[in-house]
Amino acid sequence: MSAPAAPAVRASILSRAGATLVLLMFTVYFLVPLWWLFVGATKNQGQFAGGNALWFDHFQFGTNISKLMSYNDGIFWRWMLNSIAYTVGAAALGTLFAGMCGYALAKYRFPGRETLFNIVLGGVLVPATALALPLFLIFSKFHAANTFWAVFIPSLVNPFGVYLARVYAAASVPEDLLEAARIDGSGEVRTFFTISSRLMAPAFVTIFLFHFVAVWNNFLLPLIMLGNEKLFPVTLGLYAWNSQVDQRPELRGLVLVGALVSILPMIVAFIFLQRFWRSGLGTGSIK
Amino acid sequence: MNPTVAVGAPDSPPRTRSTRTRHGTAVLIFVVPFGLLFALFYAIPIGYAVVQSLYVVKRTGTFGPAHQVFGGLAQYQRVFSDSPFWHSVARVLLFGVVQVPVMLGLALLLALILDSGLIRGKRFYRLAFFLPYAVPGVVAAIMWGYLYSPNLSPFTAVTSNVDLLSADLVLWAMANVVTWVYVGYNMLIIYSALLAIPTDIYEAARLDGAGQFRVAWSIKIPLVLPAIVLTTVFSVIGTLQLLAEPQVFRSFSSAVSSTYTPNLTVYSTSSVPNFNLAAAFSVVLAVATFILSFSILKFTQRRGIQ
Repeated sequence: MSAPAAPAVRASILSRAGATLVLLMFTVYFLVPLWWLFVGATKNQGQFAGGNALWFDHFQFGTNISKLMSYNDGIFWRWMLNSIAYTVGAAALGTLFAGMCGYALAKYRFPGRETLFNIVLGGVLVPATALALPLFLIFSKFHAANTFWAVFIPSLVNPFGVYLARVYAAASVPEDLLEAARIDGSGEVRTFFTISSRLMAPAFVTIFLFHFVAVWNNFLLPLIMLGNEKLFPVTLGLYAWNSQVDQRPELRGLVLVGALVSILPMIVAFIFLQRFWRSGLGTGSIK
Repeated sequence: MNPTVAVGAPDSPPRTRSTRTRHGTAVLIFVVPFGLLFALFYAIPIGYAVVQSLYVVKRTGTFGPAHQVFGGLAQYQRVFSDSPFWHSVARVLLFGVVQVPVMLGLALLLALILDSGLIRGKRFYRLAFFLPYAVPGVVAAIMWGYLYSPNLSPFTAVTSNVDLLSADLVLWAMANVVTWVYVGYNMLIIYSALLAIPTDIYEAARLDGAGQFRVAWSIKIPLVLPAIVLTTVFSVIGTLQLLAEPQVFRSFSSAVSSTYTPNLTVYSTSSVPNFNLAAAFSVVLAVATFILSFSILKFTQRRGIQ
């Protein structure tokens, strides 16, 4: 934009203002519900619907939190811990397995490679819900349906992670480097863990983040699998509370406070991991 | 797993130097953990669902013990004559035809504005738009359910005049929840694809006198079409699987029945319990999803987009 003429400057100011206005409008749309939830969770439970819904009033966040903590012997915290256990474990192991498989698909030739890759790609398109019911039937056969593992183990499988890892490994791990490692006497598995995995780190972070969100948000599988509320992830727990609000009105406020507490860790994580989302997504888009 | 993302079509794998299998043991170590889990918890369940869908439950006498017998396509006959199920399919298709273009159009618009160089504070906006993706569908539905309910909502000016949870509007109330959660996520994918475009292309266009809109329309959008196609496919899969939102909304609105979406039908049928019929429903749903997402991919390939 060097030496623009006067009309161009005016147009540019107008388009700047227009663009900013659109973005501000959408910022309000995206953030106001979250702000309402935050303010509502700090209010006296009888009042969250009255008064100014978008500003603080009888601030008692601490009281609300301790109510949430003590309700039903602190079941809410158990749900939070369950969610963390399901999610962190499944995302970490799932990323490792998907990363190794995608790496092998990109860097080695072996019989059945194409078939394996196509089956995995097909797996990306399988609706998760088509899996939940048969998984429940199979786990029931082994009397394992209402257990931690019935939710944890199926959550390990991440076909899309394999696809991402393959694309990224093909682009970022040079063949010459692998040859050099071989000449130096490094075994293939050791090369993967010491050299290739470092080159693939951005892809691993992206796969981990997507997998983490997917498992954290998973609703149908625990809904079908679990009957014991001590095993619930927080999403299912809040859903269960919300469905009982008509019989137990005291839960109404707790659902709101619980909803806020359940998303806080993710929001903090999103703010701190922002740059990884971008860098990782970028890798997917460059072929 | 939820439909996750990225962009780029499956391309043919790069050729490595050797044509025979080398490092067989290493390949096994890399592939077996995922392969085994995939076989046990993806492939076998799908096969098992197909098998289950071919059985019917028979009782000897009225009160005799139930046992499964092979019933051929009997369950599929029931699926195809089950009108609430097909109503629910039509409902999610209507939902998708409206909600997916609106959501992706917004995502594209916001991505283009962020990429236009016209605004300050890109990082802030990117984060603000993306934050709703941190909210699980169930929690988002509960939150919006409160915001919609006339006696709970802070926005009484709206909710006392328009019943957002009525039979006519509740589908679109849910569409708003889904849009709110996923616009930022789709925007980020499209935005990442925009960032990958080499900037010298813009220089050339600018020298030719092309303005912002012209650059966006003639250069940026065509170049990010593969990203848009992929987000479309994943959004369509997501729409057909709609479950958490309607399931939660059942406690806010009596207009949401237990067969409101295909997935809700599967869930309600399996809690009857009629597993064989539920299995047939999920097989039909999976096949329909497959056909739909493949046709989108094929259609766009034929048009030369990918």
